[in-house]
This record gives sequence, structure tokens and C-alpha cells, in this order.
Amino acid sequence: MADIAFLLLIFFLVTTTIETDAGLDRMLPPIEPPDEDVVIKQKNIFTVNINKNGQLLVEEELTELQDLREKAMAFLDNGGDGTCSYCKGAGDEASSDNPGKAIISLKNDRETRYGTYITVQNELVGAYNELRNREAQRLYGRDFTDMEAEYLNPETDEDVREELKEKVLRVQELFPQKLSEAETTSN
Amino acid sequence: MAKFNKKKDGDIPAVSTASLPDIVFMLLFFFMTVTTMKDNTLMVDNTLPNASETKKLEKKDRVIYIYVGKPTTQYQKTFGTEPKIQLNDKFASVAEVGDYILQERAKKPQDIQNVLTTALKVDKEANMGLISDIKQELRKVNALKVNYTTYEGDAFRNIQ
Repeated sequence: MADIAFLLLIFFLVTTTIETDAGLDRMLPPIEPPDEDVVIKQKNIFTVNINKNGQLLVEEELTELQDLREKAMAFLDNGGDGTCSYCKGAGDEASSDNPGKAIISLKNDRETRYGTYITVQNELVGAYNELRNREAQRLYGRDFTDMEAEYLNPETDEDVREELKEKVLRVQELFPQKLSEAETTSN
Repeated sequence: MAKFNKKKDGDIPAVSTASLPDIVFMLLFFFMTVTTMKDNTLMVDNTLPNASETKKLEKKDRVIYIYVGKPTTQYQKTFGTEPKIQLNDKFASVAEVGDYILQERAKKPQDIQNVLTTALKVDKEANMGLISDIKQELRKVNALKVNYTTYEGDAFRNIQ
């Protein structure tokens, strides 16, 4: 009997996972403004506006939420000035120069629903992740999100993590996440 | 010579209780492992939004929680139905968020004070105005790392 009890005990010990929270990680901008003004070309900014009804204005165009990810990816992957060797975008002169310069600016109304805001955030992060996955697959034959999750997992071995860190940083550098959030407006 | 008495037919032997402690311990261990300590009693509705590109919040000791949502029915009489902020076990105004973060930060060991994450557990029906105010407060106290806690799922379920 005791054997069965221990068997069950071990079974449950192994199979139950204590629930951990998950969510979207974001960095807020520091409150003190940078010393010098940075001049950014209009074509390097991808503006996303959410109004109080949850409608999206992307680059002055009314857009469905479902199309946002694709548009953001096209913008980030554009490579207009030809310096980006790994970009597979259209190379449109009127769009972003290279992924290092491309900035996504997100603006929302005070009455926007939080759920809508998270969906938009999710799509934008998703756009970055998809591009990073593509590059990680090309360089290391593995998804970026997968490598990052293993890197952040505290149970991963130290030397495995060291190795992953390099790869993760490398891919992050190819598509740096530049997501700016303007303060909200009330009109 | 009836040294060995034959058992009487039809007599049911008593159930052995020798294994009872094992069972009890098993149950005890089981519940010990699956229970998570609930830090706060929620006073607000907290249906989190769904997102698919999530990252796990590891290391619970490095997280400060802020709950936002409309008060649950039992508090609606006194606090109304507008979304409110809950810090620890009480409702708070936006201005108190900064102090709360500083207080919580001071409680943590020195070496992790710089790597704290603020987890925003916000009801999906809340308005962004309140969230922006909170974010502004967080920036003031230099708590720049935030995590919008969500459920794993299809993000498009949020807009309905």
C-alpha cells in the first residue's frame, strides 16, 4: 500500500506545475527627456493610433486589427536604404530605412479599452517576434521565441545560457524593438 | 488436535488501517505542492485580457503587483462601479502608486532592488486613461520594467 502511495505522490509531484503568471514585458521610457533632441525622419516612424471606439489609424489609414501585424512587419522589414542585407521587404524609398532606425509609435485615447490596447501591443510584439524568428531560423535553425524562453528560464544550465545569450542578443540586434508610447490624449 | 482453527465461513476480516498514514501523507504532500499562497484577496473584478506573445514572469520575489478593475459587487455600494486601483488589500488613488512602489522596493533585498518588475493585472474592461496615469507614476519612481499580465490565448478575443 505504501508503495502505491509513494508512487502516486511522486506522480503528482512531477506532473503538477505551480502556475506562473505570463504577460507582455514592456519598458517605460525614463521620465527625464534625453539631453539632445533626436531628429527622426517621418518615414522612419510607423504611427498607430487607437481611438476610444477601438478603431485603428495606421499611417493615416483606417486599418483592421487583423492587418496590423502584416503592416508592421512590412514597415520593419522594408530596408529602404539598402544597408540591411537580411531584409526581405519591398525596399520602398518612402518607408523605413533599416530595422535599426524603424520606430513604431503607439498612441491611444484615454477611453480606449485596455483589452483593445493589449491586442494592439500583442500584434506589434508579434510582428517583431515573427521577424526575429525568421532570422533566428536562418542563423541558428531555431525559433527566437523558443531560445529566449529557454534563456530566461532559471532552470536552464549556466553554460547553455551563456551560449544562448549571445544568440539572443545577436537576433535582437537585427530587429531592435523600438516601440514608443506617446502620452495619451483625451480628444 | 485442532491447533489451527479453521476460519468460520462468512466472517469478513477487518479492513487494515496500517496504510492510512501513507494515504494521509500522500494527500498532504499533494496539496502542499499544488497550493499557491494567495497574497491578496481581490477586491476588484480581474478578467485579464488574452495575448499570444507572452513571456513568463519568473522569480516571484522580484515582482510587485498592481491590480486594476471595477470593484466586486460587495464593494460596489461604497466605491461605485468605476475601475479602481488595488494595492495590497485596499483601494488606492493614482497618487499613492508611487509611494507603494517605493515601499515595496525598500522591503526587497538590496541586490534585487534594481531588477524589479511591476506586474499590472488589469481587467480588460478598464480604460486606458487610468493605466496611463499609473504608468506616469511608475516613471516618476523609476520603475520602468512593467509586465502587462495576461492569459495565454488568442488576442483577438479581447475585442468583442
